[in-house]
Amino acid sequence: MKLAVGPLLYFWERTAVLEFYERISDSPIDIVYLGETVCSKRRALRRRDWFNLAERLSKAGKEVVLSTLTLIEAESDLSYMGRTARESNWLLEANDLAVIAQLGGRPFVAGPHINVYNDATLALFARLGARRWVAPLELDLATLGNLQAARPVGVETEVYAYGRMPLAFSARCFAARAHNRPKDDCGFVCQQYPDGLTVYSQDNEPFLTINGIQTQSARVHNALAQVAALGRIGVDVLRLSPHSAQAVDFHQVIDAFRRVVDGEEASDVSVSSGPPTALPGGYCDGFLQGAPGMRSPSGG
Amino acid sequence: MLSMSDAPRPSARPPRVELVCPAGGPPALRAAVDNGADAVYIGFQNGLNARNFPGLNFTVKEAVAGVRYARERDARVFVALNVYPRPQQWRAATDAIDSVAAIGADALILADPGLMQYAAERHPGLRLHLSVQGSATNWRAIEFYAQRFGVRRAVLPRVLSLAQVQQVVARSSIEIEVFGFGSLCVMVEGRCALSSYVTGESPNTHGVCSPAHAVRWEETATGRQSRLNGVLIDRYGRDQPAGYPTLCKGRFRVNDHLFHALEEPTSLNVVDILPELVACGVRAIKIEGRQRSPAYVAQVTRAMRAALSACLADPKRYAPPAEVMAYLDRVAEGRTHTLGALHRPWQ
Repeated sequence: MKLAVGPLLYFWERTAVLEFYERISDSPIDIVYLGETVCSKRRALRRRDWFNLAERLSKAGKEVVLSTLTLIEAESDLSYMGRTARESNWLLEANDLAVIAQLGGRPFVAGPHINVYNDATLALFARLGARRWVAPLELDLATLGNLQAARPVGVETEVYAYGRMPLAFSARCFAARAHNRPKDDCGFVCQQYPDGLTVYSQDNEPFLTINGIQTQSARVHNALAQVAALGRIGVDVLRLSPHSAQAVDFHQVIDAFRRVVDGEEASDVSVSSGPPTALPGGYCDGFLQGAPGMRSPSGG
Repeated sequence: MLSMSDAPRPSARPPRVELVCPAGGPPALRAAVDNGADAVYIGFQNGLNARNFPGLNFTVKEAVAGVRYARERDARVFVALNVYPRPQQWRAATDAIDSVAAIGADALILADPGLMQYAAERHPGLRLHLSVQGSATNWRAIEFYAQRFGVRRAVLPRVLSLAQVQQVVARSSIEIEVFGFGSLCVMVEGRCALSSYVTGESPNTHGVCSPAHAVRWEETATGRQSRLNGVLIDRYGRDQPAGYPTLCKGRFRVNDHLFHALEEPTSLNVVDILPELVACGVRAIKIEGRQRSPAYVAQVTRAMRAALSACLADPKRYAPPAEVMAYLDRVAEGRTHTLGALHRPWQ
């Protein structure tokens, strides 16, 4: 199994982004997804910056994929995506059908927000050029196993394995709303929250996370204990979603998954085989168990 | 009761802008048709549509009678099959598509691309609509469905501004339907897993959001509170009206502020901007609420019919009928309405 770093979901300072990928270039990661998938207004890195990063990571031996915006509404979103597609030689990750239409048969990765729930849909996207698909977050192991059995030749399967989960997208920016600012004058308040802004229930349970127009889980999904099961059904890639040092030592996360994937840690693997998270919700892995996604890992 | 002038009957010729109304069962279908619906949308009792509620939806036999009832009164019937079936549900889904074709429904509303392909291949004469659950928020995504499967109409997610709706209509080769009244999804439909995060069931997988079986009401010293699979969604004082605990409409704490962090309980209502929607070429206005009672469907259909007919008759002199707005606010979620994302500052 290969390990991928998913697209950075949060809005970090430019230097923090560059430092993060500098360390990734030296890490035991196979695939790196780059680019902004949440908000078109976040431009700490320009298209050219992402292309340059892609070059550097590729030279360091990483497979590079450019991820595209998930919620594409405005003409400007479409033209930005179209230009990225035309100017890039990298594989693109589509999170909206507009990207697949734009690529017109060129190879792509069907991202986690392209709805693939059955083998007919998977076969359709394979015919349209999908080299890999990232399973929707809410799919369980049994359904994944079913889909793996009917998977078209030449299509890899990737599973979201670590990180707060991107669960929903809106036209509304909830970070701006929490700061009583209009979206058009948001002041980039989301940059204050390197791992998102935790939403608590009235009895003080960490519930969700605000990340601009995206709503995430408060808990951090952690599939470490499920790696063996994912391997048995032939999953090819595990996606680790970036977090800041305030949340977790991300390189310890990479190392923990690497050890399990490489079989160095075979028995009794649980989330405690990896580093703890400092985020208030702790870990969960319910979706893979066919349970509510927020459920805590068994034996964790 | 609403006392508006008689709602005009739909003409045999398809009207310029259709009023598409919800029906969770045969009485609601008749209520919608009798009160001025141009089309009614329904679902089968198979757990495969976005209002998969106990006691709701149609048997095939009821759907046949519904189609006949509507057609005799110049109205059309659309059948929604808008979950994303997993492999274990595939056969039930394709059987349901075959049934929709067999009963002569006027359109099939789908979200899943695999099902879309099945329907286009097996039933090339069957008119296909892209469900709001199909999550197409731009013309390129819509054209994908139009070109590949011959989809004839797309229902837009409730996340676009009016200017964006106008652009989508202008650049799409197929008909565009927008929501006009009813509960408001603040998240883009078809790409929301909040409900399954909390309950294990989502609109995509089970055709439900914040399902009733996961709801628990608790009496407290100061009033009551609602939980969804254990998660506290909201608290109410003794005299406060309590709303259904849809998880994105609760009050939560963010940075020490307690508020509706995602969205207030409120209904979408486009009656104020009907002339703009009509002028830009929107082909249909949809009322949300297949889970609502036949009485509700009758009244809301009648109110929306009055507003839409007034707008179509004289869009330049149109003003939102006061009695329509007053009535719709009385039945609205939270007794208040919004233009939602259509109104840019809301975003």
